[in-house]
Amino acid sequence: MIRIFHNTTYDFIRWWKVALGLTAAFIVLGIGSLLIKGVNYSIEFTGGTLMQLHFKQPPDAGQIRRALDGGGFRDAEIQQFGSDTAYTLRVQGTAEVAAQSAGADRIAQRVASILTKQFGPNDVSIPRIEAVGPRVGSELRRDALIAILLSFVVTLVYLAIRFEWRFGLAAIIATGHDIFTTLAFLKLMHLEVSLTVVAALLTVLGYSLNDTIIIFDRVRENLRKGRKESLYDVLNRSINETLPRSILTHTTAAAATLALLLFAGEVIRPFAWVMLFGIVTGTFSSIYIASPVLLWIERKYPRAAAAWKPSSTATATSRTRPSPATATR
Amino acid sequence: MSLKYRIACIVALIAASAWALFPRTVVERVKRNDGYVLDTVRRVPLRKGLDLQGGTHVTLEVDDSKAAVANKSEAIDRALKVVRTRVDQFGVSEPVVQKVGNDRIIVELPGIDDPQRATDIIQKSAFLEFQITDKTNALDRAIPRIDAAAKALAPVLASTKGGTTAPDTTKNALQGLFANDTAKKSPKDTAGKDTTKGKTDTKKDTAVTPQTGGPFSKLIQQGQFPGEYYVAQSDVPTLERYLADSTVKAAFPPGKVLRLAADSTQFGERYFRGLYVLDERPIMTGEYLTDARPSTSPTEGTLVEFQLNNEGGRRFRNETAKHIKDYMAIVLDGRVMGRPPVIQGAIGTRGQITMGGQDLQSAQDLALVLRAGALPVPLKVADSRIIGPSLGKDSIDQSMHAGIIALVLIVLIMVVYYRFSGVLAVVGLSLYVLYTLAALAGFDAVLTLPGLAGFVLSIGIAVDANVLIFERIREELDRGKSSRLSIDEGFRHALPAIIDSNVSTALTAAVLYQFGTGPVRGFAVTLLAGIVASMITSIFVVRTFYTIWLTRASEQQTLSI
Repeated sequence: MIRIFHNTTYDFIRWWKVALGLTAAFIVLGIGSLLIKGVNYSIEFTGGTLMQLHFKQPPDAGQIRRALDGGGFRDAEIQQFGSDTAYTLRVQGTAEVAAQSAGADRIAQRVASILTKQFGPNDVSIPRIEAVGPRVGSELRRDALIAILLSFVVTLVYLAIRFEWRFGLAAIIATGHDIFTTLAFLKLMHLEVSLTVVAALLTVLGYSLNDTIIIFDRVRENLRKGRKESLYDVLNRSINETLPRSILTHTTAAAATLALLLFAGEVIRPFAWVMLFGIVTGTFSSIYIASPVLLWIERKYPRAAAAWKPSSTATATSRTRPSPATATR
Repeated sequence: MSLKYRIACIVALIAASAWALFPRTVVERVKRNDGYVLDTVRRVPLRKGLDLQGGTHVTLEVDDSKAAVANKSEAIDRALKVVRTRVDQFGVSEPVVQKVGNDRIIVELPGIDDPQRATDIIQKSAFLEFQITDKTNALDRAIPRIDAAAKALAPVLASTKGGTTAPDTTKNALQGLFANDTAKKSPKDTAGKDTTKGKTDTKKDTAVTPQTGGPFSKLIQQGQFPGEYYVAQSDVPTLERYLADSTVKAAFPPGKVLRLAADSTQFGERYFRGLYVLDERPIMTGEYLTDARPSTSPTEGTLVEFQLNNEGGRRFRNETAKHIKDYMAIVLDGRVMGRPPVIQGAIGTRGQITMGGQDLQSAQDLALVLRAGALPVPLKVADSRIIGPSLGKDSIDQSMHAGIIALVLIVLIMVVYYRFSGVLAVVGLSLYVLYTLAALAGFDAVLTLPGLAGFVLSIGIAVDANVLIFERIREELDRGKSSRLSIDEGFRHALPAIIDSNVSTALTAAVLYQFGTGPVRGFAVTLLAGIVASMITSIFVVRTFYTIWLTRASEQQTLSI
């Protein structure tokens, strides 16, 4: 029998301050740049036009640029897409988006005629065009926000039913942390916030919550056993006991995500990046956010000893290290 | 539950899944010799989304920029019928036309070659009117008032001209392309015999005298019969601005409307567009039209022949009888088609519209939209997505590639780490794949690219339940329990965690389904199907495998896990 991380007794919670510092620095860096430079929304949310161009021969990017400048699309964004004959083109300027309110496909038609004039109809093809009018864009943005908030509320209610509120709150705070780290990651990686990325973000939240639930479920079980242990020790023991499972599950999930990232093509790549990062941040937050928060809540709002330990032998004094603050000394 | 029933359940599930995925005979549109016909085909009942098979997705909404629309929802309902008829006649396999929300229509056309043509056909208002041209020179009398109104507008125009004319440059260039053909077109437009044409032309040509003066009148010159004027092609954008202005409109002669011609005409080196002064009340509209067919004639090029129903024919006959020797303009969506012909005698139920120099396809498209009827409200594109078929195929190939690699990696990890139990998990996993696909086929879900990614991802997540159970069994074995007891306890203790984690993910997927559109919805559906299938396989199927193993193994045999 191959065993990894079997019967470990790492004191995970002891490092919560270091972990918190690291994650706080990451979030401040990412969110800071987000606040300064703004969110990099895809055309689905802002309105605009996205076109994928395939050329017969590798084109001169400057030539595309000049053709578009000549047509009046100065703020069009041209990017290489996978191979050197494929490019994407984004037109997201406010004037162009406003022009799309009269018909979302107008800009795409103009760009297409400029490009076929410049390169000839046989040498350039446009296999993908996405055009979103400004009204649809703002509606999608609202819908995405509602979706994120609603999934939050729904899972909170579920956790409140299945666990007691202390666990639910800790899990939600950990999930909130994942939203912030993922947003920071999106910004630092210069990824666009698109509908698929929002879907990936929600999946990450589900995955992270999943992970927190597995550990909390073990905590719940260990607490019922009524050993003379502090919550601090129970948490550490639960994390250690679920460690082999965590490693194995995350490895398989990461393997699937890596396969997507490397082989599933350009369109799905941002989705795969978010998922891969989500696996990391989800695992991290289950251990270093959810657990310390649970300890903190427990110190603020201690419960009756009887509720902790159904067996009457337990006493309140058995909790030797009730808070992470005392633990790190 | 006894072992027999468990096995029976699994076999039944496999059979049901295989049946759900088995190619079945369905009736759908298929392409045969350039046309689309309804036919029965056998195919696997898993539908590919537009992003995987290529196609066009268009969301249309009411265009109220020109005139306010009181009841959008009701207008969209009526427009939906017209759009559906047009799409059906256009001929694609499995088109989707549906109303979303209150005021939008989604049109999905899988695998079409010319998306621009498709959106043009869908959007065309196709409002057909027959109007008599003015013969009282009403416009000439109104010119001073119109000029005065236009003068007030002129400075505004001059300052915004740069911005407003820019979008029309491509349009002008396009019309320039057609111009050679349009110059050759015959001015004869409906079935009345028009033999006097040559004579009137030469007579009236002398009347083409450029009018100079005010900002409006300097743009137009008298045409070849009363009510006809010409505008230089380069002046058309300016003129359209004038025509759209409400104060200019107020100065128009009462009971008359001004309409531009659809095509331009060449005189010498320059291109002109006709401008016609018409009686506001049409003598006939397209609502009485029963049929329209494209046709060609050696003298008139492409044309559309139409037929009116009996009531329309009677009216048309009465009205045209009143207007013999008058010119009748055929106005489609506010543009005059061809040159208005002279009415020679009463016209009955048949007529024709000449298409200028346009090709047969334009005639086919016009005939199609005329048959389907006019749109009750103008529609505009709110968003559109066009995916080429080759791109869709690439996406499928790449996701398959990624899926196979992910599967191989996961199988390796599980078998190396858990040995015999890992093999059981892998068998469970292959059933999981089967069940998920069957569930997708059963609910007639659409496979999209994010959906495929979600599927690959859910394979990774599906092993989580197995891992939880196996780790738990190992713990129980460590405590010195027997294989049988460890398996029992392992499943029992792992269950709450599996249920909690899957339910919370399922809730997220449900929210995504509710609020997501198109591809994201596809992702949510695969995720939901995956969660259900993974619960069934990990809790029920793998458990049964263990039970089988326990009945065959001797008591002392150690569990390979």
